[in-house]
Amino acid sequence: MAGNQIPTLTEERIAYLEGLVGRAKAAAALFTQYSQDEVDRIAKAMAIAGMEQARQLATLAFEETRIGVLEDKALKNMVATEFVYNYVKDKRTVGAIREFPERGLVEVAEPIGVVFSITPITNPTATVLFKCIMAVKTRNAFIFGPHPMAWRCSRAAIDLMYETALKHGAPEGVFTCLESPTLEDNSYLMRHKDVALIDATGGRGAVKAAYSSGKPALGVGPGNTPVYLEKTADIDMAVVDIITSKTFDNGTICASEQTVVIDDEIFDRVLKRFADLGAHVCNRKEGELLGRAVVDPETGYARAMAVGQKASNIARMIGIPVQPDTKLLIAEIHGVGREHPLSVEKLFPVLAVYRAKSVDEALRVCVDVNHFGGLGHTSVVFSRNEEVIRKFGEAINTGRIIVNSPGSIGAIGGVYNDMVPTLSFGCGTGGGNSTTDNVNVYHYLNIKRMARRMQAPMWFRVPNQIYFNRNAVEVLRQFPSRSTLIVTNQVLQQIGYVETVRRQLPPEAVVHVLTIPDAEPELAVVMRGLDTLNVCRADQIIALGGGSVIDAAKILKLKYESPQADFDELGAPFLDIRKRIAQYPPPGNGNHTRLIAIPTTSGTGSEVTPFAVLLDKERGRKVTLADYSLSPDVAIVDPQFVMSMPKGLTADTGIDALTHALEAGVSVYSSAYTDANAMQAIRLVFRYLAIAYENGRDEEARTMMHNASCLAALAFSNASVGVNHALAHALGARFGVAHGRANALLLPHVIAYNASVPSKFMPSPHQRAYTAHKKYAVVADLLGLGGDTVEQKVNNLVTATEQLLDRVEMPRSIAALGISKEDFERAVPDMVKVAFDDPSWRPTNPRLPLMSEMTDLYRRAYAGRGAAQTAAASD
Amino acid sequence: MATNVASIEIDKQRVSESLRNALANMESAGQELVLDFSSVNRIDAGALSALAELAGAAEGKGVTVALSGVGMELYRVLKLTRLAPRFSYVD
Repeated sequence: MAGNQIPTLTEERIAYLEGLVGRAKAAAALFTQYSQDEVDRIAKAMAIAGMEQARQLATLAFEETRIGVLEDKALKNMVATEFVYNYVKDKRTVGAIREFPERGLVEVAEPIGVVFSITPITNPTATVLFKCIMAVKTRNAFIFGPHPMAWRCSRAAIDLMYETALKHGAPEGVFTCLESPTLEDNSYLMRHKDVALIDATGGRGAVKAAYSSGKPALGVGPGNTPVYLEKTADIDMAVVDIITSKTFDNGTICASEQTVVIDDEIFDRVLKRFADLGAHVCNRKEGELLGRAVVDPETGYARAMAVGQKASNIARMIGIPVQPDTKLLIAEIHGVGREHPLSVEKLFPVLAVYRAKSVDEALRVCVDVNHFGGLGHTSVVFSRNEEVIRKFGEAINTGRIIVNSPGSIGAIGGVYNDMVPTLSFGCGTGGGNSTTDNVNVYHYLNIKRMARRMQAPMWFRVPNQIYFNRNAVEVLRQFPSRSTLIVTNQVLQQIGYVETVRRQLPPEAVVHVLTIPDAEPELAVVMRGLDTLNVCRADQIIALGGGSVIDAAKILKLKYESPQADFDELGAPFLDIRKRIAQYPPPGNGNHTRLIAIPTTSGTGSEVTPFAVLLDKERGRKVTLADYSLSPDVAIVDPQFVMSMPKGLTADTGIDALTHALEAGVSVYSSAYTDANAMQAIRLVFRYLAIAYENGRDEEARTMMHNASCLAALAFSNASVGVNHALAHALGARFGVAHGRANALLLPHVIAYNASVPSKFMPSPHQRAYTAHKKYAVVADLLGLGGDTVEQKVNNLVTATEQLLDRVEMPRSIAALGISKEDFERAVPDMVKVAFDDPSWRPTNPRLPLMSEMTDLYRRAYAGRGAAQTAAASD
Repeated sequence: MATNVASIEIDKQRVSESLRNALANMESAGQELVLDFSSVNRIDAGALSALAELAGAAEGKGVTVALSGVGMELYRVLKLTRLAPRFSYVD
C-alpha cells in the first residue's frame, strides 16, 4: 500500500483506488512501447473527436455547473483541442526529441508514468480535453479527479477521449476517472507511491494539497490580474479587449482582468467607453454594495455563488438596477487589500477600476494587486509607450505579461500571441508553482540529456616571429622605430650588451635605456618605468635580459597600452584560461608598442611565454599574470648574449628549461604541437646542457641550449607546467632557493610520481587515458636510454635525469642545502598550502596532487635519491 | 532440474490459455519453465495480466519461470509493473 492511511476511507474504497492506480500503472508501462507515429496518430484522432463534440461537451458542462457561457465553453473546447493539437502535432515527445550535434547533446523523452490530475469546475471539459492530448503525446496514464460539481461533464469528456484513444490503439487504462471523488480520495492518490506526478488545475485548496503531498506537482491555481491602461493606449481597442476577455465564459478564466488601473487623463473617457459598450459603471453606493455582496468578508475571497454568472444576474441578485443586457459591472476602488473587497480575484464579470495620477502610482497599484493573490499568474498592459511597457514588465511578477490584448484569451496562447497554447497556467514560485510556463507537453516528460564527450578546441599560440642563432639580433634593423626603450639591467649594460643591441637599431630611432634591478619586477619599479615610457612614447620596447627583465617589459607594455589594467583583478586565480573570470583589457588609449624580447639566459623562455610575475612588496605578495596578450611580438634567441653566463646560472636555467619541457610533455593540455617542441627541447638539454656547463665557450652547446629553452617555452606556453613548478615555487620562496635548483631538487621525484598510478586522476576531456608514464617512456626512447617495459624506461629516465643533475652539480637533496630537518619540517605544511594554491599545476598536471602527496614529494626531495623506486603505471 | 520450453505467441486471445497449458505441464516443484519471447515485440494489457497470473501460479507450485529473448522494451514494461523480479532471464 501507499503512503499514509487515510482513516476516513473504507477498505472497499481503498481497494477501488488501488485498482485505479494498478490499471493506470500497467497502462503507463505498456505505453512506453509506443512509437512517435503511434502516439501522434492517437492524439490526432482525439483532437478531431474533441472538435466534433465541442458544443455537446460545452452544453453538458453548462447544464451541470450553471457557470459561464455555453458558446464560450464550446470555443474553449475547440482551443483545447485544435489549437493545442496544432502546437503539439510536430513536437517530438518519444525517444530522441532534440539533438544539438554541435554541443554533443541529445535530449531523450522519458514518460512520467501515472499522473493524478485534478480538474476544475470553471473549465471542466476543456481542461480534460487538453490534458488527455498531453497524456497521449507524452505516453503517460492519467487518473482524473474532476471537481465533484462538474463530474458528469468531465467524465463525458474523459470517456470521449478514452474511447477514441482505445479505438486508435492506446493501452487500456490510459485514462481513468474517479467515481464520486472526495477530498480523501484525492489525498490518498496524491500520496500513492505509484503516482508519479500531481497535476492540479483548480482552486487554492487543490493546488496547496498537491504541493503539500510531497510528490512532484504541477499545481496551477488562482491569480489576480492587474491591468494598466496607460494614457497613450488605443482606448477603443483596450476597452473592447477587456470586455471580450472579462466576459468570456463569464470571467471564469483565471487569467481574466480583475482591476484596471487607468491614468487620470483618460479615466472618464475610458469609463464612458465601457458604458457605451454595455458595461454598468456603479456609483459609490452600488460599488460598496457590490463589494459586500460578492466578496466574503470572513475569507476575503469572492463568493462561489457569483462565479461564472452573468453581470445582469449578479446585479439583480444584489439589487443594483441594470439593463438586462449589461455585460459587465464596473466599480471604482481607492486602494488594494482586504479593506477594498473588489481588489480580489473575481471569476465573474465584475471589474474594479482605479484612477491613477501618475505612471508611478499606476505601477504601484498594479504591483499591489499583483501581490494581493496574483503573484506569478497574469497581468495586462495597454500602452503605446514602449518605456511604460518595459517598466510594467519589470515591475510585475507574472508568468504572462499580456501587451495590448485581452488577458484571458491572451494568456491561453496561440490566439492573440505566439505563446504556447494551454489550459494550465504555471504561476512560478510566487504562486507556489514550479514553473511560470504555459503548461504543455514538456512539463509532462522527464527529459534525459545524453551528453557526449566533447573535446574542447585547443590552441597553439606563440609569437609570430622568432629569430635564432648567432647574430639573429641583426634583424632589429628591419623594425622601424622612432623611439625605442631598452629595458635591461645594470650588469648587461656594463658588459656591452646594450651597445650591441643599440648598434642594430635604425638610425632614426631615439634610444632610451631603462635599467631595473636583476630581480623579480616590483610594482613600484614597473610604475617608475611607466613614467619613462610615457615620456619617451616609445613605439618599440626591447627587453634585454633574463626572465625578470622580460617580465617587467611585458607588464610595462600592458600598462602602457591599457592603463585601466588592474593587477588585483588580472592576477586572480583561474582554472581554465578560456573560462577565467578576469579578462585582460583591450588597448584603451591608442598607445601601441612593439615588444621585442632578447633573452640573456637559457631557461625561462620568457621571450615567447604569455606569463609574467609581478612582486607587490607593499602588500607582500606576488601576482602571476597570464594572458596571450602578454606574449612578446618578436623573440630574438641569439646565443651571443648567453656566452658569458656563469656556470651556476647555466645549470640552473638549463634544468628549468628541462623541467618546462618534461612537465609540458606530460601535461593534460599537451598536444602534438606542444609535444614536438617539448621532445626536441628535452633531447637538446640532455645532449648539450652538460657541455655548456663544463665549457661555456662551446658555441654549439650554447646555441642548442638557447634553442632548447625557447622550444620548451613554446611547449609550456600552451600546455603549461605542473606540480614540479608549484612545489619549486613554494620551496624557493620559503628558503631562498634559486628557481632552477628548486626544480632540480624535485624533478626525479616528480617524474616517478607522475609515472605511477594516480590516487586521483586529473579530469581531462583532452586525453583518452592516463598517458604520463607512456610519455616518459617515449622520452626515454628518444634519448636512447633503453628498457623493455614502460616501467624500465621510466626508471631509466629518472636515472638519466639524476645523472644529468649530478653532472651539472646541482644539489641533490634539500638537506644538502644546509636546511635542518627541523626547519624543513616546520616549513612543510605552509609550503604545501602555497604549492597547492599555485596555478602552475592546475589543471594540467597529469595527476591531481593531494596535499599529502605534495608533503611526501617534499620529504623525498629533502632526503634525496630513491624516487625511481616508485613503480610506473602498467603499460 | 527438468526444463520445459514453451514457444508461445503473446496475443490477447490466446496468451492466458497458452500460459496455463504450459504451467499445467509442470507437475512438481523444482522444475523450470522457459518461455521464448524472442519474437515478441510488444505486449498488451491482456498479456501483461496473464504473465502476472502465471508468475503467481508458478510461485505457488514452486516452479521457476525463465523468459528467454526478452527485448529491452518488454523488459522495461516488466520493470515498471514490478513483474521483472518474478522471472529469471536467459539470453
